[in-house]
Amino acid sequence: MTFEQLAFYFLASVAVIAAGLVITVRNPVRAAMFLILTFFTVAVIWLLLEAEFLAIVLVLVYVGAVMVLFLFVVMMLDVDVDQLREGFAEYLPIGMTVAVIILLQLVIIFTSGPFDIEQMPAPAAAAADYGNTHQLGLLLYTYYVYPFELAAALLLLAIVAAISLSLRGRLSSKRQNPDAQVRVHKDDRLRVVKMNAEKQD
Amino acid sequence: MPEWILYLLDFLPDWDWLHVLLVSLIKVVAIFIPLVVAVAYLPYAERKIIGYMQIRIGPNRVGPRGWLQPIADAMKLIFKEIIVPTKSNKYLFILAPILAIGPAFAVWSVIPFTDTLVLADINAGLLFVLAMTSVGVYGIIIAGWASNSKYAFLSSMRAAAQIVSYELAMGFALVTVLMAAGSLNLREIVLAQGGGLTNWYLWPLFPMFMVYFISGVAETNRSPFDVAEGESEIVGGFSIEYSGMTFAVFFLAEYANMILISALTSLMFLGGWMSPFGAVSDVLLLGDGIHWLLLKTSILLFFFLWFRATFPRYRYDQIMRLGWKVFIPLTIIWIVFMGVMMFLTPWGYLFH
Repeated sequence: MTFEQLAFYFLASVAVIAAGLVITVRNPVRAAMFLILTFFTVAVIWLLLEAEFLAIVLVLVYVGAVMVLFLFVVMMLDVDVDQLREGFAEYLPIGMTVAVIILLQLVIIFTSGPFDIEQMPAPAAAAADYGNTHQLGLLLYTYYVYPFELAAALLLLAIVAAISLSLRGRLSSKRQNPDAQVRVHKDDRLRVVKMNAEKQD
Repeated sequence: MPEWILYLLDFLPDWDWLHVLLVSLIKVVAIFIPLVVAVAYLPYAERKIIGYMQIRIGPNRVGPRGWLQPIADAMKLIFKEIIVPTKSNKYLFILAPILAIGPAFAVWSVIPFTDTLVLADINAGLLFVLAMTSVGVYGIIIAGWASNSKYAFLSSMRAAAQIVSYELAMGFALVTVLMAAGSLNLREIVLAQGGGLTNWYLWPLFPMFMVYFISGVAETNRSPFDVAEGESEIVGGFSIEYSGMTFAVFFLAEYANMILISALTSLMFLGGWMSPFGAVSDVLLLGDGIHWLLLKTSILLFFFLWFRATFPRYRYDQIMRLGWKVFIPLTIIWIVFMGVMMFLTPWGYLFH
């Protein structure tokens, strides 16, 4: 067994077990931690596939940012696990049906020819100085520059929309204005009164 | 890698992967041990330097001039009882310090110490650094939550928001470095700054150097941005419930991160292991070498300690304002400005 195979089987089993634990573990924070572990191991598997840019971006974006916010929310909410589990038996048949259908679809697709191991052989190993990031950058900023910019504009629009939707009604709250605080000058706060001494009588 | 180690490895069975694994392991230990020693002695340096700044002597009882103080501290922490609070989440409580220190050390695998002395010379080294430093935040969040303490939780919220915010500014500042160097590989970024003091990215990217280093101070939760452990407001911060070795691990992670930020700043902006004297430097220690990287890193670490002795703590909303409303717009404008300068004006050479 080569080192890569060993690493792959190890990582794959970790990923599968962690993914299973995400949905079975009772504590929501621990479930989130297992989801992080799943992302991380999948990222390392992508590294084995020589997709280093995608792997690192997966860690950077999902592990480093998205899951942090997710954990924030999970920790702030006092999630009642028992209440969440109440409908488990009731919804189990529907859930199982959907899962089986999805599994069947996947099996049909993957056994139907185009995805055969003969049709899609492993690509030749890239040269040692091959840079995934470089290639991706070249493609994104030349051939796909318009779709790329369009996606960026859409995301920006979504950010602005999300902020404007969630910000309503809060503008009357009391807040400090640090700009004004920084710009404040001694003369605005303090008035030195000069007056002559008066005789006491 | 000395010859005798390779010779020893020849006796092992012909498993290539085992060979690779063992060689890597030896290299990891060779980086790890000096790093741990440095991390142990940095608090001692901090106490001494801040002591002298405040006209005190600092620790001077253990060993000559206090040189054995870190060892005494380590012994004390090792033998202290680890108290796990009742109603805390025990697994996560123990896991948190490990999550804090793991990424802090993992990043060192891509740091080039000289042109040849690097554990993993990967193409996307800069991205790896960004990814790993962004993972470090979990230790703090989990510590705050698992402690089942209000102060710890407040602190972890503060720390997480602060780290996530300043990471953006740091990332954007690094984008300008990779625009100038044209590479994500840390070794190539340093090599692009060869030829002496004037070729360092410190000069053309001076505002970004400031943004990066100040964000680095905020990212490591150091004074004046240390609201996460602000004693006057939330007692000890996220590590309040930790004692003994679990506390020591958080402590080590913080100092390891400080060293890391300093080393990264010297690699990105100060020419790494490159000598400031450029071509005239074949004399003795004036040539390129690891000692320059260590010297530059030490100077930046001195700045960290200097800040702590000098500035009062920021208010939390001012930290957020500085990150989001000053640094991030500044870096974005600088990226656009630099792109325009490089490709549309004849002054592009300034940035190469």
